[in-house]
Amino acid sequence: MAEKKPKFGTPPKIPGWVNYALVPLMNLLAALLISGVVIIIVGDNPIEALQVLVYGAFGYPEAIGYTLYYTTNFIFTGLAVAIAFHCGLFNIGAEGQAAIGGVGVALVCLYFDWMPTWLVIPLAMLAAAIFGAAWAYIPGYLQAKRGSHIVITTIMFNFIAASVMTYLLVEVLIDPNGQSPESRSFIESTWLPFFHSVIDMPRTPLNLSFIYALVLSGGFYFLIWHTRWGYEIRVVGQNETAAGYAGISPAKNIILAMMISGALAGFVGVNEIQGVQHRLILDFTGGYGFVGIAVALMGRNHPIGIFLAALLFGALYQGGSELAFEMKNINKEMVIVIQGLIILFSGALEHMFRPKIEAAYRRIAFPKPAEAR
Amino acid sequence: MTDTSPALELRRVNKRFGPVHANKDISLSVDRGTIHGIIGENGAGKSTLMSIVYGFYEADSGEILVNGEACHIDNPQSSIAAGIGMVHQHFMLVDTFTVLENIVLGVEGGFRLTEGLATARHELERLEEEYALDVDVDAIVGELPVGLRQRVEILKALYRGAEILILDEPTGVLTPQEADHLFRILDTLREQGKTVILITHKLREIMAITDNVSVMRRGEMVAHVKTQDTNREQLAELMVGRSVLLQVEKQKAQPRETLVKVQNLSYLDGDGVPRLKNIDLELKAGEILGIAGVSGNGQSELLEVLGGIVPPSSGSIQYKGEELVKSKNFTARTLRKIGLGHVPEDRHRSGLILSFEANECTILGYQDSPEYNRGLRLDQSAMVKTCEQHIEKFDVRPPDPHLKASGFSGGNQQKLVLAREMEQNPDVLLVGQPTRGVDIGAIEFIHNQLIKMRDAGKAILVVSVEIDEVMSIADRIAVMFDGEIVGELDAEDATETKLGLMMAGIRETQKAEEAAV
Repeated sequence: MAEKKPKFGTPPKIPGWVNYALVPLMNLLAALLISGVVIIIVGDNPIEALQVLVYGAFGYPEAIGYTLYYTTNFIFTGLAVAIAFHCGLFNIGAEGQAAIGGVGVALVCLYFDWMPTWLVIPLAMLAAAIFGAAWAYIPGYLQAKRGSHIVITTIMFNFIAASVMTYLLVEVLIDPNGQSPESRSFIESTWLPFFHSVIDMPRTPLNLSFIYALVLSGGFYFLIWHTRWGYEIRVVGQNETAAGYAGISPAKNIILAMMISGALAGFVGVNEIQGVQHRLILDFTGGYGFVGIAVALMGRNHPIGIFLAALLFGALYQGGSELAFEMKNINKEMVIVIQGLIILFSGALEHMFRPKIEAAYRRIAFPKPAEAR
Repeated sequence: MTDTSPALELRRVNKRFGPVHANKDISLSVDRGTIHGIIGENGAGKSTLMSIVYGFYEADSGEILVNGEACHIDNPQSSIAAGIGMVHQHFMLVDTFTVLENIVLGVEGGFRLTEGLATARHELERLEEEYALDVDVDAIVGELPVGLRQRVEILKALYRGAEILILDEPTGVLTPQEADHLFRILDTLREQGKTVILITHKLREIMAITDNVSVMRRGEMVAHVKTQDTNREQLAELMVGRSVLLQVEKQKAQPRETLVKVQNLSYLDGDGVPRLKNIDLELKAGEILGIAGVSGNGQSELLEVLGGIVPPSSGSIQYKGEELVKSKNFTARTLRKIGLGHVPEDRHRSGLILSFEANECTILGYQDSPEYNRGLRLDQSAMVKTCEQHIEKFDVRPPDPHLKASGFSGGNQQKLVLAREMEQNPDVLLVGQPTRGVDIGAIEFIHNQLIKMRDAGKAILVVSVEIDEVMSIADRIAVMFDGEIVGELDAEDATETKLGLMMAGIRETQKAEEAAV
């Protein structure tokens, strides 16, 4: 039937906490349940495994430091994927944009290290943003002006970025005194300060980019929901025809959203290269860009959700390595299986429980359906 | 079963969609060999009810009886088996197939198609003769005019042995002449003993063709009457539950200076197909220009070009004496700023973002106006406040500026869009389908608002496929056919016949020539 369903009253509103907390929680529980079954099959105790995981992630100060360090990367890539989502784009290319962002950081830290710290640090961050944005600009432009599908182009750009990185580190930026494909170490004045050098805590990779990630989350919220630019991005993402009608250029906003997305992804380089490695290395992106998709999906493209999802994945990364270390039958691959299950349930199967949970909520909250008047 | 039992009977049928009670205790009895009209506003539950009869939905409770026997219908197959056929509002035909291929679709019979086709051809010829349904069975459906495609749908239903034929808003896409032809076909069907159920919201059709009418209102069946015992006013009252004025009361227009002058405007779409051909129009302050025509004859493109959404291929548009085409002002964004408002034809596709809250939709197109911005920040309290004002002034229900646009009914959504564009107080307002899918109460309100704007000296262009609407609110009427303006006349001189002929592409001059011969 072409005619739309009749509307006499409006369906009762489902409150935010159901959508943003209960549903993801149920997805998470389902994933853990299946993971538990897998752990039983390989011959370990799932309850014990969960204890190890949680302790490994949050049990002692050092663990927390590591967890938050991973979380930082996931916040950057989660926000990157989310802003593209708001514009109706599926940016699979955060991985490549992060890598190129890292190149920007490295170039500043290698060649501008004569500058004072207070100047070189923001300059390196700016370079991360510009390089990431430039890398994302090309697929954005191709989508906006040529109609090449963003999913295809961003995937291809991940491969290109990987090749560019290899080329640069083998041929151009390689440390002439070293054997491995990596640049020389940056001098200390270009480093982003560690947390343990600012406050009293054990040595961990956690650095000030975590704070920066939180600030950006706030900025993201403000941009998307409280400025006309965010408004226009959302209009384009929801309804391109309406955007045309309202005089909002879809092409302009697609390119803009992709560039912001690329810039956000590029900040992974700030955390990894400027904050932790202090040299440019291969594969420092370590799949953060791809997990960012799951983070954005699970976080419902909202900074608070993204923070929680990033924290979850940070905990999984950190607790997972502890798990592989502690439990005899669980190895690194097993941990990836568990992560995969969580991504599967919270991303791909996101809508499996939602209708049922919403229906159950309606039954409980509104025992008698509103009569049509 | 006896011969006196009704062809179709519904007993206390109920259907809910979540909290929405779409059909409440519906009972209906349709006599054999009659045309039975079901009338009601959009969203009254007519289509839901017929979808239950045709097996798209299953009723939550209640009985369906065909020829006096209880019948369990839970999918279209069982409905077809019970002898019920349906002609949908939007045709379910394969455009690239011939008429014959379309009709046997799904009932090909046997492994080899040729045999089935041969039998079908024979049977079809019989049907066409019996019911005076003239269609070339070998024609490609996509090349047939709409009126003929509808006949193919009717044939399809008859071919499947339908004794009861349901037509859902069959005249929505037809010219008045085509509609008259359809009514003659329905007449023949009735004479041959078939039962026809006609779903419509047009009173004229009910009065013209039906034997009995059932009126639905908000999910309930409110009346069953014999057509000869009722009249349009009574039916309209039953539909909305109160008396309404069918004719808009208005003074004679006082047209003043020309605000928009369109000359030789042409537009080719992305495929190079001409959609607008040498359009000349003048829009004067203080009058409403109506554009009539069957949908798809260039009206949508005209609105898009005038609204600055797509640039024309050639021609000129002058606004207050200034040329717009090729100027930097010719974008949807700047046109709004210089005083051209635009209510789009399709509020779902263009006018609103359904997933946005009402207050967010209030600023669509005006998002960079200083009214809604404080420095970098969008001023949400200003958005909500303006939205509240719109809601109050246009009586939008429910009065909740934070409700998502999708949560409002069609009429209220339309009011939100109209309020947004009208309250900016533009000098020129383009309005596409002002009352499509809007109930009668809201139609009256919207028409009055438009007249009020006209009287305030604004120029208004109204595009509508509802011929009654154009006739009742416009001061001048231009008719479009195939991308051209076939003629323009004063509303006072317009009659349905005149407009109908023009909507079919027959020009005044041609008619005069024919008359002379």
